[in-house]
Amino acid sequence: MNYFIVLYILGHILKFEGLFLLLPALVGLIYREYAGFSYLAMAGVCYLLGTLLNRKKPSSQNLYTREGFVTVALSWIVMSIFGALPFVLAGDIPSYVDALFETISGFTTTGSSILTDVEVLSRTSLFWRSFTHWVGGMGVFVFIMAVLPLMGGSTMNLMKAESPGPSVSKFVPRVKDTAKILYGIYIAITVCEIIILCVFGMPLFDSLTTSFGTVGTGGFGIKNSSIAAYSPAIQYTVTVFMILSGVNYTLYFCILSKRLKEAFKLEEVRWYLFIIFAAAFVIICNTRHMYPTLEETVRHSFFQVGSIITTTGYATTDFDLWPEMSKMILVILMFVGACAGSTGGGIKVSRVLIMFKTIRKELSLIIHPREVRRIRMDSHVIEHDTVRSVNVFIAIYFVLLLASSLLISVDGLDFTSNFTAVVSAINNIGPGLSLVGPTQNFSVFSAFSKLVLMFDMLAGRLEMFPMMVMLMPTTWKKR
Amino acid sequence: MDIIIVGCGKVGYTLVEQLSSEEHNIVVIDENPNKLQYLTEKLDVICIVGNGINHETLLDAGIETADLLIAVTGDDEKNLLCCVVAKKTGHCHTIARVRNPIYNDEIEFLKKEFGLAMIINPEQTAANEISRIFQFPTAIRVDSFAKGHFELLHFKIAAGSPLIGLKLFNLHSAFHTNVLVCIVMRGDEVIIPNGNFEFNENDIVSIASQRHHAIEFFRKIGIMKTRVENAILAGGGKISYYLARALLQSGTRVTIIDIDRARCEHLASILPDATIICGDATDQDLLMQEGLDHVDGFAALTGLDEENILLSLYTNKVSNAKTVTKINRITFNSVINELNLGSVIYPRIITADYILKYVRSTNNPKDSNVETLYKLAGGKAEALEFIIKADSPITGTPLQDLHFRKNTLICCIYRNGKVILPSGQSVIKKDDSVLVVISGYRISDILETLED
Repeated sequence: MNYFIVLYILGHILKFEGLFLLLPALVGLIYREYAGFSYLAMAGVCYLLGTLLNRKKPSSQNLYTREGFVTVALSWIVMSIFGALPFVLAGDIPSYVDALFETISGFTTTGSSILTDVEVLSRTSLFWRSFTHWVGGMGVFVFIMAVLPLMGGSTMNLMKAESPGPSVSKFVPRVKDTAKILYGIYIAITVCEIIILCVFGMPLFDSLTTSFGTVGTGGFGIKNSSIAAYSPAIQYTVTVFMILSGVNYTLYFCILSKRLKEAFKLEEVRWYLFIIFAAAFVIICNTRHMYPTLEETVRHSFFQVGSIITTTGYATTDFDLWPEMSKMILVILMFVGACAGSTGGGIKVSRVLIMFKTIRKELSLIIHPREVRRIRMDSHVIEHDTVRSVNVFIAIYFVLLLASSLLISVDGLDFTSNFTAVVSAINNIGPGLSLVGPTQNFSVFSAFSKLVLMFDMLAGRLEMFPMMVMLMPTTWKKR
Repeated sequence: MDIIIVGCGKVGYTLVEQLSSEEHNIVVIDENPNKLQYLTEKLDVICIVGNGINHETLLDAGIETADLLIAVTGDDEKNLLCCVVAKKTGHCHTIARVRNPIYNDEIEFLKKEFGLAMIINPEQTAANEISRIFQFPTAIRVDSFAKGHFELLHFKIAAGSPLIGLKLFNLHSAFHTNVLVCIVMRGDEVIIPNGNFEFNENDIVSIASQRHHAIEFFRKIGIMKTRVENAILAGGGKISYYLARALLQSGTRVTIIDIDRARCEHLASILPDATIICGDATDQDLLMQEGLDHVDGFAALTGLDEENILLSLYTNKVSNAKTVTKINRITFNSVINELNLGSVIYPRIITADYILKYVRSTNNPKDSNVETLYKLAGGKAEALEFIIKADSPITGTPLQDLHFRKNTLICCIYRNGKVILPSGQSVIKKDDSVLVVISGYRISDILETLED
């Protein structure tokens, strides 16, 4: 373990967080809120601490896979620890554990809140809450790689640990250029949404925070009733942008580089859209009787399906009141999640595909015991290593799911609330069902359970391995 | 520049490493996924598993927009075919590695007919370098510039040399020489010396000079050795063949030792003037029998780096011969530098330098052109020769009035067949060849040596 390089990179992270914190400070200035000062102060503290940490370049610049994973995991933790402080300083969230929960929920784009009434928060804090979604959505390291020349090829180890999906592929030879393209697309989608929302009559502040939450697939609303407070046109817009944000960014890159044929052939994206339409169709049939018009049923169904599968977590209706079948479909969608290489969470459509293909392969092996068959995606053979890592991922995923459910059951809540709270945390969704449903919040949990859920959120956002590696004692040994 | 490299062996890897560190966008094609896996973990490049001749694979790699394709698989024919397919598919320049001696005399023909920008033959290049060292064994390395009109000669200061303790500004008055000290390697450190620099034992000093001035200088400091008259080459591979051919042409007697009977027979048939010994080059008796203790030159060119190192160490122990050690694979530079191996030749690095030169010269063809490039001191410094093609801020002004960047030295100006060792009053003119030594930064245009 090369601690120096880890600390050095943590320094960069803190510096960037300092810069990010200036934005809410600016918002505080515009709305003349005192909360702005606490953000300004934290920005200064973060920047100073960051400068202190990377005052000297470490002599050994080696960043192996181990350091990469630990650096990413630690950075997200450190970022959350410092990002939570202004909430407390500004007096918006008095308890530090609650503030930390809110911040981790923000950075991991979960969107679960412990606040019973968000509308009393200062504008400054509301902005920071939503902005953490935007930062966490594409990832801080991707951002840093786009603007800072870090060390050569080993930066791939950082990207590997942070980007969602079973295998990381670069669009262009250089990590730096790839990161720039990713953020370019990301910013473009965000700006589009902000403009369209404004056109449909949403106030600028609301459209900014809503867009951060949508494109980062986060889900913090600034109204107690989430998106239900806005007009149908806005709800449709948010639906479309949620679904667009859950698409593998490779699609956009293919379109940008004019390889349309390739773009429309992406197996994962096709399945993703198929699942959305199929799920929405069933739910429309199932909930038709609950809403006065067909239009409203269609709108709510698509919104909820889009919100859950992309792991955003906005709501326009209380789906906890839906029939059991519709609720079950939503829970399954929670597991599936968005596409790899998007900002969404969950197991990811591509992993689910590989999982089903593996099942088919194993079954076919019973019929033809000596058959040699390779798993394919987009007509490329998937390497055994990738298949193995998908299997291990799913194994860890369920172990963590059950273990966390057990741990938080000490609070004595009902099964549905417990289980969906953990599912929602691991998959970075936001709301669950029953006591943690869309109109409820996570304030019912004890501090201990909140810590467990925080770990789940981070593990889910960083795709299990970085957080799990931290639990291995050998990781911390000097070689 | 967008560059596609086909084949990721030793040379391929070195190239990817060098070119990627010079901010080029690299796509690597190889058929071995394990090799590529290793590469993606270490370097910032895209890897594609596939056959470089395959049209689809090349399209995947972006051949349509690539600027350059370098084919360095182990197979000559594959390299050539790959370049031809690439040329027909895209508009890129192509470089192929062709090293089979059978094609050696047809290189120019192949290059023209297949429209290649360059054909590289690492074995031939390495052999040329060894032959230069054998011509001038005082130096541990000889880099030639301006088509051989002036050279950068590297030599080690041995114990008891009159140079030890001497300050650089006293060098001229002490020896009345016409050489310029360009760069000094001391351990891992690279120094572009100024007048107050003091020579130490074990420094590796590089001087720019014409051959006859260098001979005079080496005589004066008492380390002049005459050229190698007879040489033993251990190992009968391609380098040995090319080297033997060059040495025989200049009248040197050559003995080649190889263990493979068939290879020996073949060498005997294509090198009638050489003595071919079929035997184990690591057999001490055999080496002595062939007169290792009386020989002038010894080159360890077997396929095993470790064996080559041992052979050279042994030779240096039992004889006064000039030794050359070929190291192909291993990269323990810091250890190798401490061993008494004589001159060390890295064919893969020589090849990479060659291609780098090409890449840099296509990078900036406007007012100056990289004609030759050598990496010095394990890549910490570079010696570049520029042809000045047009008037620019660097021409027409005395050197003392130009503001050069730190660690820059104009070593030599070659004008109309005359070599000028520059002083403050010297002026660079159009059509000059200029040798520049730099350390700590990279350039592809001579103007970049000036401060902004």
